[in-house]
Amino acid sequence: MSYPVQVAGLQKSFGNLKAVDDFSLELGQGELFGLIGPDGAGKTTLIRILVGLMLADGGSASVGGFDVVRERARVKEIIGYMPQRFSLYPDLTLEENLRFYADLFQVPEAERRARQQRLMQFSRLEPFLGRRAGQLSGGMKQKLALSCTLIHQPEILFLDEPTTGVDPLSRREFWSLLDSLQAEGKTIVVSTAYMDEAVRCDRVGLMFTGRLMAVDTPERLRKTYPFDLLEVELDEPVLNLQLIKGLPRVRSVQVFGDRLHVGVAEAQAAAASLERELSQRAVGPVRVRRIEPCLEDVFVELIGSWKERISRDPDKRGE
Amino acid sequence: MEQEIVSARGLTRKFGAFTAVDHIDFSVRRGEIFGFLGANGAGKTTTIRILCGLLRPTGGTCLVDGLDVDRQAEAVKRLIGYMSQRFSLYEDLTVEENLEFYGGVYGLNEAELGRRKHGLLKELELEGLEKRMTAALPLGWKQRLALGCAVIHRPRMVFLDEPTGGVDPVSRRNFWAMIHAMAAEGVTVFVTTHYMDEAEYCDRISIMDAGRIIALGPPSKLKERYAQATVEDLFSHLLDSSREGSRP
Repeated sequence: MSYPVQVAGLQKSFGNLKAVDDFSLELGQGELFGLIGPDGAGKTTLIRILVGLMLADGGSASVGGFDVVRERARVKEIIGYMPQRFSLYPDLTLEENLRFYADLFQVPEAERRARQQRLMQFSRLEPFLGRRAGQLSGGMKQKLALSCTLIHQPEILFLDEPTTGVDPLSRREFWSLLDSLQAEGKTIVVSTAYMDEAVRCDRVGLMFTGRLMAVDTPERLRKTYPFDLLEVELDEPVLNLQLIKGLPRVRSVQVFGDRLHVGVAEAQAAAASLERELSQRAVGPVRVRRIEPCLEDVFVELIGSWKERISRDPDKRGE
Repeated sequence: MEQEIVSARGLTRKFGAFTAVDHIDFSVRRGEIFGFLGANGAGKTTTIRILCGLLRPTGGTCLVDGLDVDRQAEAVKRLIGYMSQRFSLYEDLTVEENLEFYGGVYGLNEAELGRRKHGLLKELELEGLEKRMTAALPLGWKQRLALGCAVIHRPRMVFLDEPTGGVDPVSRRNFWAMIHAMAAEGVTVFVTTHYMDEAEYCDRISIMDAGRIIALGPPSKLKERYAQATVEDLFSHLLDSSREGSRP
């Protein structure tokens, strides 16, 4: 049996820049796979190769059992691809946009009405069928783009940052649509800059400088955080960040909303010394408690340290 | 000097029959970081464009640093910095040329421009990349360059419209460190975002829905008032109840 997505030793360079570097991955049937990584890590390049829009320099990739180069036409039939800037026609109505994509994918006339109805119910866009795409809100546009991506009933979906610029409520709604697509058995690859979305995936791949640095379930990735983690609540977290960085046992300090996440060696001893040091410096009331790291802790820690390592070399900084 | 750098009274903008901004009243205090939140299509970008003198209001008044955004739009534009959702950078110019271009637009003389350029390249961690083509930069670096272009003339107030959309968690934190540094120097920052953890970093936030401001205050006070644990919960709670109430 072949994997819905199988990638082996994939390579792609732009001049001196390795955009995809010896990338290998196998996805299971019906898997929801999240692709995360800093800007410029190569996520979009990888997706573009997998959907047959770009040629790799080396290695191989197949989608749905078809080679993405030699059998590109077959790949296009079974995949749905939603790029970062999906081309909706702002002057056409919602219904006309759907019809345009149905034409493009040669959906048989007899099936169109039923598919359109199903998609509009699915995405809850039915009341807006006659509205021009240009007049839809950001969240609705993304739901329409997803609907257009689904018009030819693809088995495997590639979604490149589908929720960028979308408000929190609409994002939640969009992800509930992905859950139902997965329940229908579709395999989904989705890239995102939101860690709260990545944790909803079956597995997450962390990409950096073209490489797959880590791939696992969100749960197991969380456990790779290298320190004990404390959450610190105090009045002016940002102003006290440098102060806390300099305290003993402290290895890492990151801002998380109105709190600080402090990576330490040995939670108990560190919590005690943190409370003592901070109260001596009279920064106001302080609350320290141990917490489990979230995916964002892991991302910030790993990427931060990798970035630090190459930041002294300007040639590599282009990545 | 007045304590308020922005004061809007009954500010309204209609497009035909559609009211994008519906009689809003609010003020921004000098030197604060003000988070302007709302759902997609709530009217945030329209409001920002009015405050920046780029779009005329159809009703109400609004002063920015004492200037009327309707009658003195040109003066307002010189006074403020504006970073739009789609960073207005010239892709086929280098990093340095983009900064020089914006410096020129704002009428900086050569010596001033040189000093400012070097200062910003350093602050924004873009040193060594002066000759790099803008098109080839990753998103997080373009975003920092766009911020540099928006503040090259040392504005008293800067408007950032979704500056971190699609930007990874590490770059977002770096960017916010730069925002905090600017605020510490006394620049007033007006920012929109869909990342609710960023909203927690603001001195005060407002939440907009369907052209109206439905809540305004420091994040901690608002969370307390509506008994919500995070700004994300607060946002969902307020939008749900606002929409519940507007249903026929």
